[in-house]
Amino acid sequence: MITIKNLHASINGKEILRGINLEVKAGEVHAIMGPNGSGKSTLSSVLAGREDYEVTEGEVVFNGKDLLELSPEDRAREGIFLAFQYPVEIPGVSNINFLKTALNEIRAYKGQEEIPAKDFLALIKEKQKLVELDAKLANRSVNEGFSGGEKKRNEIFQMAVLEPKLAILDETDSGLDIDALRIVANGVNKLKTKDNATIVITHYQRLLDYIVPDFVHILYKGRIVKSGGKELALELEAKGYDDIKDQFEDATL
Amino acid sequence: MIDTKTNITQTIIDSLSTSGNKVSFMPDASVLDAVRFLEEKGIPNAKHEEYKYCNLEAVFRRDFKSISNQFSSQLGVAGHKLAGCINLVLVNGTYHAELSDKAEGITVSTLHEADKAILAKHLSRYADVNADAFVAMNTAFCSSGLFIHIRGVAEKPIHILNVISANGISLVNPRQLIIAEKNAEATLIESFISEGDAPAVFHNHLTEIFVDENAKIKSYRLQQEGSKVTQVNTTEAIVKRYGNYTTNTFTFGGSLVRNNLHVVLADDHGEAHLNGLFVTGGSQLVDNHTLVDHQKPNCESNELYKGIAKDKSTGIFNGKIFVRKDAQKTNAYQSSKNILLSDDATINTKPQLEIYADDVKCSHGTSTGKVDENALFYLKARGIGDASARRLLLQAFAQELIEKVEVEVLQERILYLFEKAL
Ligand SMILES: Nc1ncnc2c1ncn2[C@@H]1O[C@H](COP(=O)(O)OP(=O)(O)OP(=O)(O)O)[C@@H](O)[C@H]1O
Ligand SMILES: [Mg+2]
Repeated sequence: MITIKNLHASINGKEILRGINLEVKAGEVHAIMGPNGSGKSTLSSVLAGREDYEVTEGEVVFNGKDLLELSPEDRAREGIFLAFQYPVEIPGVSNINFLKTALNEIRAYKGQEEIPAKDFLALIKEKQKLVELDAKLANRSVNEGFSGGEKKRNEIFQMAVLEPKLAILDETDSGLDIDALRIVANGVNKLKTKDNATIVITHYQRLLDYIVPDFVHILYKGRIVKSGGKELALELEAKGYDDIKDQFEDATL
Repeated sequence: MIDTKTNITQTIIDSLSTSGNKVSFMPDASVLDAVRFLEEKGIPNAKHEEYKYCNLEAVFRRDFKSISNQFSSQLGVAGHKLAGCINLVLVNGTYHAELSDKAEGITVSTLHEADKAILAKHLSRYADVNADAFVAMNTAFCSSGLFIHIRGVAEKPIHILNVISANGISLVNPRQLIIAEKNAEATLIESFISEGDAPAVFHNHLTEIFVDENAKIKSYRLQQEGSKVTQVNTTEAIVKRYGNYTTNTFTFGGSLVRNNLHVVLADDHGEAHLNGLFVTGGSQLVDNHTLVDHQKPNCESNELYKGIAKDKSTGIFNGKIFVRKDAQKTNAYQSSKNILLSDDATINTKPQLEIYADDVKCSHGTSTGKVDENALFYLKARGIGDASARRLLLQAFAQELIEKVEVEVLQERILYLFEKAL
């Protein structure tokens, strides 16, 4: 589905990603872990097309297309979805209007007609149920005044409506209470098919109890320094990053 | 060398004096003072503090070297009327009863026909001819005017449709006097359109509005004149005890629009709400100068202006708040927010608070920026294209002002014009 080769990216002249290699196939769940500031959000932003970052080297192929050539909106239309670590508040734009516009632009890109109003409402209702999002939130301005947990749940709600091929969840678990965590994870699992894939960025094993990854990667100082199965996350939970830090400190100077 | 200032002003004075329009309803003393003020001070140029960014003298020098005042009789006003309202049609400032709806529940007439006692009491009492050249010009040369008298509660909104229709370089000085008696309530809509193909029109519009005790006036101004029209729109509002004057100004058209909106809270417990939204493009200039004068205690004023400037256009907001010594327990708030859509567009904002009372709550804030990049990226990351993402954000920016419009047909029209202007 996506192949990332030797990806380097910098911001304001500072190199943050320093040679990322990663391959995700359809049907897989990958977890990316790593200490604060290691570049996890940078990687997701670069994949989603944030223009603040400059890609200096490397390539990303997404379903046969050169992803880095595409505008952020075209990436989304091709099926990339980023659940933001910090969802943005947009006062004055209603959640519903926002989603309808997004869905219809994606459909137009694929040569499909606008979704009939009735079908859209039905879709919204169904997906609201899936992530147990309060109907009132759907009618409010995008994320405005939402609690931290509500914002995260709203991200998954959007994902449920837009049905992406590759979802990147950037710390979607942070700020969620135990129940919400289960609901969100459940939502993600229900949306999983053999044709889509998920990258889960998290600091905690807890989420991975619910969304069980096929692979776990450790990102450190802009590189994936270790990959393994789901047991790698358990190992990290027990030992922390000390070993990793000791081992790769010199190499990254 | 001839002084150009006097020269321009003299051209205007001569051209209007010979046009045969006699201002019979205006007090003689006001007319004399007005002419004297104009002759002495002339049209304000860029050195004039109040007209620093809005140089109307340059406009006169460029476009009004000679005035032909050729008015056209071609009219198509039907599409501009508002359903469910009392539509009053003014062509170049002259009230046309035959084009207008029957004014039920309110008194409407030309100023010539208005009650002399009321005119003596109110006309030219609030707009000071010694304070501003355009007040003076209007007072000296207005040849026609509209009088509206509201008693009790006016059921239907009153829509004054101001049509400018000219085929020559024209100067129009319409005058309006609106009296809301004690406990009266009305919604007032003023819209401004233009027709004809005049090379230039200067529309110097002046309204005096008296809001008596416990009266409530909700007013809307919709400015959508053509690209050859310059408009100076002066409103002098007086609010008496427990009176409420709310005004919403939407500016989308005109080449240069200067709004002088002055509200005097002349007695205790008065309320004033001043809101405005503009979108400028091309080389348009829109200048909102507001003044809220808190003269007595326990009054409240609230002000929110927003602007979007595109291309090489200019937006100006200058908001003065006076809180006089007597005006204890005043609440006065002001906010101006603007978005620049191009590097060549300009926004100038200037809040001016002068507070002489000690027990008051006042605040003001202005901001001018670009479209929020984080929000833009968020929308794009969901598949929304650049153009529609920007549009969504600009609509959101303007929404709180458009939502204030309580007349549905008007809100729809404003929304349509706003989106067209983007
Ligand atoms: N505009 C910027 N200028 C300079 N450095 C930046 C800028 N934006 C991000 N960085 C740096 O890039 C590094 C990686 O940040 P990133 O947000 O990708 O980390 P992360 O792995 O997501 O961390 P966390 O676990 O805390 O979310 C950090 O050191 C951060 O300070
Ligand atoms: Mg992060």
